[in-house]
Amino acid sequence: MFTNNSRPISPHLQIYKLPLTGIISICHRTTGALLSVGLIFFVCIVSSIADGAVTYRAMQVLTDLWLVRLIYWGFIYALFFHLCHGVRHLIWDAGNSFERDTLNRYAIIELAASLVLTLVTLIFVSKG
Amino acid sequence: MAEFTLPKNSVLTEGKTFKAPAGTKNIRRFEVYRWDPESGENPRIDIYELDKDNCGTMVLDAILKIKNEIDSTLTFRRSCREGVCGSCAMAINGKNTLACTKAIDSYSGTIKIFPLPHMQVIKDLVPDMTHFFAQYASIKPWIETQTPPPADTERLQSKEDRAKLDGLYDCILCACCSTSCPSYWWNSERYLGPAVLLQAYRWLVDSRDENTGERLDDLEDPFKLYRCHTIMNCTDTCPKDLNPAKAIAETKKLLVQRKLG
Repeated sequence: MFTNNSRPISPHLQIYKLPLTGIISICHRTTGALLSVGLIFFVCIVSSIADGAVTYRAMQVLTDLWLVRLIYWGFIYALFFHLCHGVRHLIWDAGNSFERDTLNRYAIIELAASLVLTLVTLIFVSKG
Repeated sequence: MAEFTLPKNSVLTEGKTFKAPAGTKNIRRFEVYRWDPESGENPRIDIYELDKDNCGTMVLDAILKIKNEIDSTLTFRRSCREGVCGSCAMAINGKNTLACTKAIDSYSGTIKIFPLPHMQVIKDLVPDMTHFFAQYASIKPWIETQTPPPADTERLQSKEDRAKLDGLYDCILCACCSTSCPSYWWNSERYLGPAVLLQAYRWLVDSRDENTGERLDDLEDPFKLYRCHTIMNCTDTCPKDLNPAKAIAETKKLLVQRKLG
């Protein structure tokens, strides 16, 4: 590509108003990256169980901190959101629901569904 | 590579303000991106106050009014003023569209006008389209045939086959979609972008074209086609209400179908 370095690049992210689908697409990427990092901590928790009661009790002290709990539930929401948008991608990849009027509707369904799934999990966990 | 900030020479600065004459009742404020290649300065935002009662309905009318009556140095492309030539594509209030088919009254408050995003600027609102049109040429936007033409007619097409081109042949190559696509912003040297991919699909589904296999071979590339991540900015912004994202998905489907036999 020919580039003339003296010419400026016109503003992009600075001025563009991303539609809801665009914002969700970025969130899909971000949650994907955060979930990968989160899995390392998940493995730490699991291995502390494998290590025996003493180690797990120490881990419980950490996981009972409200900030850790918040991150934990954020992780679960991110997981469900990532899953829901993944399903949306499957629908797209099959060639369906590209119509303009469906875009925002599906985006809102995704956000609502991931919230509901998180709440259901919360209820399920607190009862169990 | 993704770079989220502007290079040093592209950072915006404050520009001049052109106030409306005293006593103007219906003032509309326009903020316009300006860059003069001969000044050696960074791009700036000039502010123009227009008398809405003495201005046409469309954003292009306002830009023409600025050029004719206030500041003749303002540079932009325009031709048909009815949405068929694609010249006046620009980013208006954060969304790419044609200035000639967008009414001033469809916005409230200040109207902010920028050139198409993430393009090299030649001057003011005029971006360099060289690379975009080179990419268009690369998909061979013409009929390619193997068989000899019929002796006494053109290559005919059934009504059903012709209908497959609706929503594709209407593309005016204004580049609103391609320059709205973050994937095209970061990878335009290798990713073809929504406009060119929609055109590529237009020749893939043309019943008269006999080079489908080779066209698919050319597109089967991690960058040319598969940098599309269904962000949907293209379909959201298309001023002709076309659906480049769907055309890209259909192209991906054709590739899968070919692989499955």
